Parts: sequence; structure tokens; C-alpha cells
Amino acid sequence: MLRVGHLRKVYDGREVVRDLSFEVARGECFGILGPNGAGKTTTLRCCLGLTRPDGGALELGGLPVPEAARRARYRVGVVPQFDNLDPDFTVTENLVMFARYFDIPAREARARVPRLLEFAGLGDRARARLETLSGGMKRRLTLARALVNDPDILFLDEPTTGLDPQARHLIWDGLKRLTGEGKTIVLTTHFMDEAERLCNRLCVMDRGAIIALDTPRNLIDTLIEPVVVEVYGEGVAAWARASAAPLVERLEVTGETAFCYMHDPAPLMQRARREPGLKLLERPANLEDVFIKLTGRDIRD
Amino acid sequence: MALAAPSFPMAPAGVNLRCLHLVARNYLVWRKLMLASLVANLADPLIYLVGLGFGLGALVGTIDGRPYVHFLAGGMLCYSTLNSASAEALYSAFSRLKVQRTWEGILHAPMTIADVVVGEWLWAGIKATLSGTAILIVMYALGIVHGLRPIAVVPALLLVGLSFSAIALVVTTLARSYDLFTYYFTLLVTPMGFVSGVFYPLHQLPPLAQHVAWALPLAHAASLARGITLGDPMPWPWLSVLVLVLYGAVGLALAARIARRRLMK
Repeated sequence: MLRVGHLRKVYDGREVVRDLSFEVARGECFGILGPNGAGKTTTLRCCLGLTRPDGGALELGGLPVPEAARRARYRVGVVPQFDNLDPDFTVTENLVMFARYFDIPAREARARVPRLLEFAGLGDRARARLETLSGGMKRRLTLARALVNDPDILFLDEPTTGLDPQARHLIWDGLKRLTGEGKTIVLTTHFMDEAERLCNRLCVMDRGAIIALDTPRNLIDTLIEPVVVEVYGEGVAAWARASAAPLVERLEVTGETAFCYMHDPAPLMQRARREPGLKLLERPANLEDVFIKLTGRDIRD
Repeated sequence: MALAAPSFPMAPAGVNLRCLHLVARNYLVWRKLMLASLVANLADPLIYLVGLGFGLGALVGTIDGRPYVHFLAGGMLCYSTLNSASAEALYSAFSRLKVQRTWEGILHAPMTIADVVVGEWLWAGIKATLSGTAILIVMYALGIVHGLRPIAVVPALLLVGLSFSAIALVVTTLARSYDLFTYYFTLLVTPMGFVSGVFYPLHQLPPLAQHVAWALPLAHAASLARGITLGDPMPWPWLSVLVLVLYGAVGLALAARIARRRLMK
């Protein structure tokens, strides 16, 4: 469905996408993870033919991009990072107008609206003006708009950023229904639970390059120790370096928390329980641990 | 791959009518506020014509042997078209380009940047023609023009509107904020209005200013408009048409290029 080969993009002499290659099969949900500025949005824009790459080859739905991007987009739905719904139109008008850009006749577009609104949980908002919608509703309307042409593949750029938990779950349910219907999805996110929940396969991007690509399960199994013990408390940094370090395979200290990675947590737990000032949390390693291990703990802006 | 049937089956091969989707979009938005817009289109020129035409006209007397208000109305046909084209292609188009991200949304669909720019250009030209036509209606109502011949100015006004829309779109696609448009109006549109024979005859200006005026599109627009509606002699009618076409064509090509560079980055 989507083929990206040795994609390269340069802005002002800085390589923001470096030799990026991946493929997404029909019916797959593929996630692109990465800290801010990793090149996720640029990659999506290149896939859609909205940005001209400086190298590499792209194929979307069997068509070369950007050369045949316009034709390819007939079969594509897009949910951008920032809402760009048309504020001059009502909810229904937004859908009907957007269908028109796909050369879908107005009558057919109007016939599709009720199902789309039902899907987006906006059945009672058909005639609402845009400024009366909450952020979550706008996101769902954007998702409905992306489906107006019944696309084969959906691109979503951080679909749940800025939404409250209820709204995020509604979006997730919608996306799961779509993958259930056989739609292909490519999404970017920096929420690990979102990626773990939705994606069959995902890649971790950093500084413009893919640094890992596999199923969520395999990434966790192969890239990180299986057990994490988080230790909190005053003076934890000094204690961890002196007492915990010999008992664990990898140790990371940030502020007042020590993250201890290992296969067998028993010796560490025994030692730590003797310290009354420390709080302990033992848990299986997750995708977030993989992500942090791969991309580091530094803030990216 | 099943493509949706194009909604313009009458289009000859190779001609691209997708830009009309954007014209339709802008028309549907305009329709919501149509009444207010039409009233403004009629009231604004009426106030100018009555205020300037009769007020100033009492001092000026006649120009080339007829009341000043007749002369002014001929110029206002173009000035109103110019203003309307500029307002739409500057402020409204810029809102859709930057503030509302409407263009960005449309580009997610199978529309290209050229489709969007050409659509905005056509729409601004059409809307400007409406404003100019409103003046023509006022001219009929005031008894300035009679008969059918003045109606022939409407296609000329469309040309004028498209020409100025194209120039304005160059400014819009370059703009980072609305501030640039104030400069465009103050430093270009308004001075052009004063040297182009809109408010007083061109031959009252020093020769150098007249040369400058004939290099600008508004003088040619005014010459065509007065020639068609009032029967004034037109020095070079086809040159005037050519100048307007050139400004429009170069402006549109430039705007599409700049928009492409801006949005494809």
C-alpha cells in the first residue's frame, strides 16, 4: 500500500529525514514514533506528495509520489496534526464540501453524511456551527472528513494530541473499527500506549532516521531487559549508584527516580526493602522504556 | 483503481476544471452573507458618487463637456472593481491560506496548489465584477447611461477584476501577516488611483506622470470603462486589453509559483 525507499529531505542544509525506508502492507496499522523534531510530520508530508523529497522513491497505492500524488490522494484520507476544518461551514457542509474536492457529486456526498457522523459520534451535531464543537469533536469530525472518499489508506498525524482521555478512547475505538474493516493506517504519535494499542508494526524515528522497526511485542522483547523497578525517594540517586548498580543490568537516574532494568528483580527488591525511605514499583518493561532507551531522556524542542 | 467520476464531463481533454471546486466553495460561503454583501456593493458606490460627484461636482462644474459625476462614475466602475478584487484576493484569501488553514485542508484532497490559486483568482475576479456591475446599475439609476451598449462593460470589468486579483494574489502568497496589505493599499493602490484618471482626467497631470500612468493597469481599465459606457475616445483599446491581460497572466503565474514554493516546502 505504501513503499518508502531511501527517503531524504533537507531543510536549510540540515538533513531532517535520512535514508528512510519502510513498507506498509494492506490492512496494516503502522506507527511512526519519535520525539518532537524527529521528522515524523515531514515523512508523512512526503508520502502524501505535499512536500518534495530531496532523494529516494515513494509509492502510494501503487502510484509514484510526488509525480502522481494528486491521483494517489483519491484513495487516501488525511487527519492532520492541526485542525484545518473549514470554519465557514457547518458540520455537514464540511463533509459535503470536502467530498466535492474528490469530484464526488453533492447528492452522493449528502447520502454518505449520516453514516460518517454516526461513526464520529456527531449524529446530533449535523447542523452545528464549527465554533460550537469541542476539541475532541473537531478531531472526530476531521476523522470523518478523512473518510468521506472511503479511502484505502489513512494518514494520521498525532491524532490524539491535546485530547482528554475520554476523547482519546473514542478516537482509538474509531481507528480499531477501521482496521477491522481492512483499512490501512499510518499514524505518528508520541504516546506509547497509543502505539502499543493500535499498531501492528511500528518504527522509532530519531533525528530523521529509523532506529528500530518491528512489532511492539518484538521491540520490547529484543531491545530491553524484561523487568523494570522504579525506585523513588530522597537521596535515591546516591543510593542507587552505590547499592543498586551492582544488582541490575542497566540503571538510569533522573531527578528523584531511579529506573533499574534487569531480568531478575529479586536481589534488588530484597536490598531496597531494607531502606524505609524508598518507594518501589516493579513492572514489566513496556514500549515507553524502549523509546526512552533508544532516544534518551533529554527534552527535544 | 476506481476513481470517482469527474463532475465536469463537458471539460475537453487536458483542461483542468478542478479549480471550480474552490470557486464553488467560496460562492457557498458568500451566499450565506449575500444580502449584506449586495447592499454594501450598492450602498458604498452610491455614497461615493453622490458625495464626491455632486458635492465636488458643484465646484468642478463639467469635465470634457459633461457633469463631473458622469466622469467620476466612469472611473468608479474600475476603482470599485479594483478594491473588491484586492480585498478578496488579499484579506479573504490570506485568511484561507494562513489563519484558517483552509488551503492546507483542501490540499489533502486530490487538489493541487495551482487548482487552489486559480480558483481563488477566478472567484475574486467574479466577485469584483459584481462590485463593478453595481456601479453600472447606479449609473443607470442616476440616468448617467442609457440603452444597451454600456452593458458591454461587464466583460471588461471581469478582465479588470481578474487582472487586479492576480496582482493581489502575488502579495497574498508572499505575505507573512495582514500588515503587508496595508502597505500594498497605501503605497500602490491609492497612488495608482490618483495617477490613473479615476477622479480627474489624466491629461491634467504632468507628462511624466502620464507616462507612468499608462504603464499601470488602472489607467487602461478606466479608459476602457469610460469608452464603453460614456462613449469617450479610447486611445488604444486593444493595447489596454493587452496590458490588463499581461498584468493578470504574469501575476497569476507568479502567485502560483510563490504559493508552490511556500506550501510545498
